[in-house]
Formats: sequence, C-alpha cells, structure tokens
Amino acid sequence: MDILNLEGTEDTPKIILDKGNGIYEISGRSLPEDSAEFYQPVLDWIEDYSGQANDTTDFVFKLEYFNTASSKLILDVLSALEEIDGMTILWYFHEDDEDMEEAGEEFSELVEIPFEFKTY
Amino acid sequence: MKYIYELHQMMLEHHLILVYEGEFTQEITKSILAMAERNMDSSGEESSVKRKVFNVMVESLQNIVKHADANGSAETTSHSAVFMIGRSEEEYVITTGNPIENQTIGVLTDKLDKVNSLDRDGLKQLYKEIIKNTEISEKGGAGLGFVDIARKSGRKLEYNFAKIDEETSFFSLTASIGRL
Repeated sequence: MDILNLEGTEDTPKIILDKGNGIYEISGRSLPEDSAEFYQPVLDWIEDYSGQANDTTDFVFKLEYFNTASSKLILDVLSALEEIDGMTILWYFHEDDEDMEEAGEEFSELVEIPFEFKTY
Repeated sequence: MKYIYELHQMMLEHHLILVYEGEFTQEITKSILAMAERNMDSSGEESSVKRKVFNVMVESLQNIVKHADANGSAETTSHSAVFMIGRSEEEYVITTGNPIENQTIGVLTDKLDKVNSLDRDGLKQLYKEIIKNTEISEKGGAGLGFVDIARKSGRKLEYNFAKIDEETSFFSLTASIGRL
C-alpha cells in the first residue's frame, strides 16, 4: 500500500506511515490552522491499513507540542488504531516534559491499546 | 512623538516583551510564537517554563483567530484584537483582548468560572470528559482551550468584559505562568 510521508513544518508534524518498512510515526509540532483537515489523510491511511495490517504495529508518537484541536484528532487517530490487532503505541516524551508524559497517560486511559512510554 | 516615549515607559513598567495589535491569522500566530520563542531562548529560560508559555500562547492566539473567523464581522473583530506577553522575575503574563458579542458573555463566564472552580485533578477530569465527547467545531476548535490554558498555567484565569456598546464588549483574558 502507499506510503504516507509528510515533511514536518513549524506548525505541522512530520508523518511517516510505511507498511512495507514497518514505520509508523508522528513527530514534531502539531498546531495546524485546520486540524481536522490536516489529519484526514492519516485517518484515511489507517482505515486502509486496518484491512491489511502487519501482525504487529508499533505506532510511534514523538511529539514536542500539540494544541487542543490536535489533541482531539490524536484521540481520533488512536481510536482508529484501537481496531487493529497487534497494535502498540510507543509514546515518546522529552525527559523533563511532564506535561507530554501526562498527556500520553491520559490518552492511554481513553483507548484500549497498550502504551509503552519512552523518553528521548 | 511624545506618545512613543510614554508607550515605551508603559511597556517597561508592565515588563512587556511583546505587544501586538491588529489582524490575527495563523501566519501571524506563527510569527508571534517565533518571536517569543527567540526571546525566551536568548534569555536562557528553563525549557519547562518555555513549553508552558508556548502552550498558553498558542491556545490564546488561536482562540482569537477562530473567534475572528466565526463572528461574521471578521473585519472589525480580527483587526481590533490585542495580544501581549510580559515577563517579570517571578512570572510570565499572557493577555489577549478582543471584541465579542454581548450574547456570548454568559457562555464565556460560565466556562471560565467552571475552569476556575476546579483544582488540578478536576481540570484533568474535565479535559478527558470534553475530549471524549467533543467534535471539532466549524471554527476548528475542540472546546478545550480554556481548560488547557488553566492546566498549563496552574493558576486561576483572570478575565474581564468591558462594554463597548449595546452589541459588543471587549473581552480580555489573562493567564500567568510562574518561573521556576
């Protein structure tokens, strides 16, 4: 299936979704003007992937910052990932960023997917 | 030209490091964020404080951008908003001000009083409750802005409505972030 590859900008995250190489990653900053529009291709890709997913999927979130409109869309992304077997979320946060750690914990309480927390 | 000196004095007196008045768009939001970030970097600010300030700035600025779009009177609204950030020894103070329709005063007051009535855990619960049930509005908001600002600030939000005329008031909102 197609690779989704978006370069990060000052207000949108870098996104790589690559089934062939087993890379699934959203990283950087997310404060787009229209978060629903920005995340739609990600939700579309996941819907496609859910019908043909690899046995295991380690989905990486390595966000430096996201705004509240993005947080709603991140929950939508997680809810879509929840439907896929073998899913694990790798939630990265900067070692002194308690807010990002707490944000990951909150998401992990809102969906039924195993989360692994990692610092960078 | 005397007002320039007075303005300068006033900015010094209130420890203001950046004041912007005018049109608010996503592009301008990014510029203001970049300027404030550079300022905090060059003053060697703690990264945890920097992140909270950045966070509160984004939500405050995007509130104005979205509100300006939503109002139908984008011309008047977006052109007459103000943003400022001040820094003293103890704290950063972020203030926004923009005209709103008087009929929204009730809703805003309820939301802000609710947020101010909650402690850290209460805000966390409210955040989770809203994010589970919210849909992104036409304006592009998730309805989480005030809650998030309060959580990152860790203090009560201050707000005021100054009557402009029968239809509109000037809404100002202030959040502060302590420096470690």
